[in-house]
Amino acid sequence: MTTTTELSATTLLRFATAGSVDDGKSTLVGRLLHDSKSVLADQLEAVERASASRGQEGPDLALLTDGLRAEREQGITIDVAYRYFATPRRRFILADTPGHVQYTRNMVTGASTAELTVILVDARNGVVEQTRRHAAIAALLRVPHVVLAVNKMDLVDYQESVFAEIAEEFTAYATELGVPEVTAIPISALEGDNVVEPSAHMDWYGGPTVLEHLETVPVSHDLAHCHARLPVQYVIRPQTTEHPDYRGYAGQIAAGSFRVGDRVTVLPSGRTTKVSGIDLLGEPVDVAWTPQSVTLLLEDDIDISRGDLIVPSKDAPPTIQDIEATVCHVADLPLTVGHRVLLKHGTRTVKAIVKDIPSRLTLDDLSLHPHPGQLVANDIGRVKIRTAEPLPVDSYADSRRTGSFILIDPSDGTTLTAGMVGESFATPEPVKDEADDDGWDF
Amino acid sequence: MTTVAGIQGGTDSSPYALSHLDALESEAVHIFREVAGEFENPVILFSGGKDSILMLHLALKAFAPAPVPFALLHVDTGHNFPEVLEYRDRTVAKHNLRLHVASVQDYIDRGVLKERPDGTRNPLQTLPLTEKIQSERFDAVFGGGRRDEEKARAKERVFSLRDEFSQWDPRRQRPELWQLYNGRHAPGEHVRVFPLSNWTELDVWQYIAREGIELPEIYFAHERDVFQRGGMWLTAGEWGGPKDGETVERRLVRYRTVGDMSCTGAVDSDAVTLEQVITEIAASRLTERGATRADDKLSEAAMEDRKREGYF
Repeated sequence: MTTTTELSATTLLRFATAGSVDDGKSTLVGRLLHDSKSVLADQLEAVERASASRGQEGPDLALLTDGLRAEREQGITIDVAYRYFATPRRRFILADTPGHVQYTRNMVTGASTAELTVILVDARNGVVEQTRRHAAIAALLRVPHVVLAVNKMDLVDYQESVFAEIAEEFTAYATELGVPEVTAIPISALEGDNVVEPSAHMDWYGGPTVLEHLETVPVSHDLAHCHARLPVQYVIRPQTTEHPDYRGYAGQIAAGSFRVGDRVTVLPSGRTTKVSGIDLLGEPVDVAWTPQSVTLLLEDDIDISRGDLIVPSKDAPPTIQDIEATVCHVADLPLTVGHRVLLKHGTRTVKAIVKDIPSRLTLDDLSLHPHPGQLVANDIGRVKIRTAEPLPVDSYADSRRTGSFILIDPSDGTTLTAGMVGESFATPEPVKDEADDDGWDF
Repeated sequence: MTTVAGIQGGTDSSPYALSHLDALESEAVHIFREVAGEFENPVILFSGGKDSILMLHLALKAFAPAPVPFALLHVDTGHNFPEVLEYRDRTVAKHNLRLHVASVQDYIDRGVLKERPDGTRNPLQTLPLTEKIQSERFDAVFGGGRRDEEKARAKERVFSLRDEFSQWDPRRQRPELWQLYNGRHAPGEHVRVFPLSNWTELDVWQYIAREGIELPEIYFAHERDVFQRGGMWLTAGEWGGPKDGETVERRLVRYRTVGDMSCTGAVDSDAVTLEQVITEIAASRLTERGATRADDKLSEAAMEDRKREGYF
């Protein structure tokens, strides 16, 4: 029984990796999986068998992570894959994003749910264009924790000066982008230095190993500074003899916390009432917080349906029809001015039109290309969107859940674009202090 | 800004940090409710195995105190364990659910499907499943698939669009951003939904133990007549084993997965309680499928190939 209880008490960390093709990302992922005993005997055997049938001398660990027929045939990684491993302290969901041509949309996808991103660089090359691109995406997506893993330290004689220079350059760049926290770790994924075990070659480094850092980085949110938000997913009305009058508003708390007795407003209608009860999956509770899935019971019988947002009356977001956002275009078909789309925000999907594309961002040097006319796959840019109905949106800087949206092609349902409401670092004149003060609450 | 007195988040020692099981539970419930809110006619694939039992348990919690707004669909291979069919029927009755059955045996009897020389019926499930989805016009089909099971499944989305032939195209998957699941589909298409995507085998067992969920007894150690084929202990029975040269032994075994008797192997075990099962799995050096599934060993991409055709 102790085993169960101890293991159940662990928390969950979602993180993503970013690195270009030869930075050793597969080796790092392979080592994390292998050293945490998440690669089991039959999986290793399968990799050895497959490697041997290809005439390779040793087991090719990339075969562990490249799962699809086409990927193995071509030796490339097509898409984001999710991997799982655990230590006694924590369980991990790793979004393993490929470093190939379509990196931007894949990294955006992986980073959207991540609380931490590991960016790999090759110690011999230092901070390169690709590194800056990865840092920019992490900043844009507001991933709370960024780890810089300076890999292949074995190939630079484990020199402190090499690491220090790279760490300093990267941290300065990331800070300028508004990344709140950078942890730089010198590693050799191949030799195992500072990945799971502390390195015997780098006495000068006193920080954590990659795994130690993953195990200890805080994952719960600072609820005191969060706007409480509940997008209504589904109205629960049993209409049974046992529960003739039960009417509950089910949803996952997107941010902050709700307590019985809170005065709340329902958007977009603006009607106000009080929380009379909270059911946490069948159990009544006094208080509930993100990311719990709950059912709110309200004092007054007002008209509420899927797509509405329940918020504290003292802290309601504006409801607007003109949204300005930073987007990453993820579909092969371009996004153009005048494009009629569907916009999904929280639990609500509304018609919308792309009114303007003021700029496209060049990630390499963060320069802005004005009025590009369209965004193609992997482009990041600013867009202005008019929605058919008013939406209660937060700034993405305040709330990742209620400040994000996707655009959908109404003709075939394709997911076109990922959007983040409000300012990004890419605004023409970013105000540094404000970005710092905004914090990273979500 | 609303703040709640006394709540100070920020670290894992905070009472407001969710345990990993609570986080996975909350995410799965969110997925169930999204489907209930966005689709006309969803159904839960239910095999009587632990993953589908867990799905049903989560669905019951998601809509409590109202009943689960979905029917169940069982693809009956005709080679099911009797204990599992008994569990299935008891569960359906207990929760007053609707059960659809797609029968592989019917297809064989009608001459539409042919028995394979190796006797396994697992690949034969795809046609009855996909035809049932079309004839009942299911637009969302919940499956208990987990990404930790198999490398092709590691690439699977939570919402996975299938065309009118139920085919999966890994190159044309929609990116999944934040928790904004896109369930749009054309008439005739449907979406496979995997609420347990982020669970591992150990998570499933720990949650079953925590919630006290009842399972079919074949998951626990018991004495059984088995014979060895392809390195696995298969249950002897009328379905086609043992054959010449294969001998039956009585052994103490249990099952890690539940599927067709012809391709689901038992493992040697003396674990009779949930705690013992969890200890055994935590120490195991074999994956669930590697230990117990014959069909996944057919080729390097066996699972991917079946998934492409419409398998779950």
